[in-house]
Amino acid sequence: MSAELPSSGKSWVRPANIVMMAYLLFLLVPIYWLVVMSFKTNSEILGSFTLFPANFTLENYQTILTDPSWYMGYVNSFIYVSLNTVISLLVALPAAYAFSRYRFFGDNHLFFWLLTNRMAPPAVFALPFFQLYSSVSLFDTHIAVALAHCLFNVPLAVWILEGFMRGVPREIDETAFIDGYGFTHFFTRIFIPMIGPGIGVTAFFCFMFSWVELLLSRTLTSVDAKPITAIMTRTVSASGLDWGVLAAAGVLTIIPGAIVIYFVRNYIAKGFALGRV
Amino acid sequence: MEKTVNQRAWFLVIPVLVLVAFSSVIPMMTVVNYSFQDSFGGNEFFWVGLEWYQELLRSERLWDAFGRQLLFSFIILAIEIPLGILVALSMPKKGWAASVCLVLMALPLLIPYNVVGTIWQVFGRADIGLLGRMLSDMGISYNYAQNAFDAWVTVIVMDVWHWTSLVALLAYAGLRSIPNAYYQAAKIDQASRWNVFRFIELPKMRGVLIIAILLRFMDSFMIYTEPFVLTGGGPGNATTFLSIDLVKMALGQFDLGPAAAFSLMYFLVILLISYVFYTVMITMDKDEAKQ
Repeated sequence: MSAELPSSGKSWVRPANIVMMAYLLFLLVPIYWLVVMSFKTNSEILGSFTLFPANFTLENYQTILTDPSWYMGYVNSFIYVSLNTVISLLVALPAAYAFSRYRFFGDNHLFFWLLTNRMAPPAVFALPFFQLYSSVSLFDTHIAVALAHCLFNVPLAVWILEGFMRGVPREIDETAFIDGYGFTHFFTRIFIPMIGPGIGVTAFFCFMFSWVELLLSRTLTSVDAKPITAIMTRTVSASGLDWGVLAAAGVLTIIPGAIVIYFVRNYIAKGFALGRV
Repeated sequence: MEKTVNQRAWFLVIPVLVLVAFSSVIPMMTVVNYSFQDSFGGNEFFWVGLEWYQELLRSERLWDAFGRQLLFSFIILAIEIPLGILVALSMPKKGWAASVCLVLMALPLLIPYNVVGTIWQVFGRADIGLLGRMLSDMGISYNYAQNAFDAWVTVIVMDVWHWTSLVALLAYAGLRSIPNAYYQAAKIDQASRWNVFRFIELPKMRGVLIIAILLRFMDSFMIYTEPFVLTGGGPGNATTFLSIDLVKMALGQFDLGPAAAFSLMYFLVILLISYVFYTVMITMDKDEAKQ
């Protein structure tokens, strides 16, 4: 069915392709510059202007991967991001099911109220979170950051999952209940496997928004749970910038995202529409 | 699909409720509390009523930041929405090229916000950046750290770089849901490319575009990390948006009262605008269901 697109080898230079390539170039050039910089020595970065590293070096990466105050930042980030993804999914799954299947007292208001938390500027919560988690002595722990990120990830997870669950016909639930399945059994054995892609997409988004966030994770940590992003800003504000190491640290934060995208590439388009197309 | 009324569904929602109450309602109450009080030495609190609100509404600093914020969000939407639609229309429809485009486009979205700032920092600096160096070699004076206009341009280009893909991916998902028969019908009617866009593609993308506008509005309205890393709110106050101003006030100067009042008004503005969007979305969903 190629009625819409006469795509042959000859028509490669079409306006659409030019737009697309210009856009991809615009996206990739700044990233390229960061990657190139991470392989340069500081004297080359500051002294000469080269498009490729003249003295290719892995020293910057070596600095990061051998110094615990650097690489523990990645470990810390991974711990709280994973915790947050698990918590968000666990609480969001039953709630999304309720919203997608039943009407109950105040459901619309509750749904909007949940979404308002996605709209709350993290800057508003920085100070109260700091006080709240300090007062329950959770300051500088991974679980504190994971819980704080639930503020925006749980509403988002409910929203996305509800979209996917609406696509599953109700008859399946009813048949299962008639066949004598209990709710828990039905939910974990039949329903959850059916919305597998939806759960994958949701996990992707929770990972993404927790991984990229800086303000709350920086405010809630000092030493033991300090994320890599916060360690990087500390380096920026210190005098005598080590550009090469900073670039290498940046490149290392891009890699997990790239890996995750690769795994969900087939669901990305539908996933970004939050199951609502 | 009719939903059945079942009050026991509340039990399924309780975990979310408890969690979000802990991480949202309790902190929010502290903020409300602070906004009506003044503190001395951080321990003694005095009731001051609406004083902080009145003071803030009179303060030029807040209105300036608010104006900058509105302008910024407006420019961002005006650039990213049309550009995102254009990119989505230009994307390959299938095959390996489509996968490559999807993966590359999603890449900026998964870069931590402060690394986005760092990328543009090292890209734009006249001494070490590719962009800054090229511009100065062409004889264009460009310095985002000292010139307010350059700082604005850089922050906007950075945000376009960071988030246009989100709009494009949403629009792309909308386009993919259009059955081929629509295009064939348009072809039989000899509809022009513009008419295909205007009467087929745009209406079908309406739902996802509203999500895109809502997300881009909310996120650009609370932007903090990227400009903070890139310009630190400067030069002067040129790129001090609302969140940067608020964090300065709350965590920098520790002015609890004014910062709390600021927070509440800030939140209410976002809430109000988003509520309008949400209502429109719900109404449109219902209209579609009727058809």
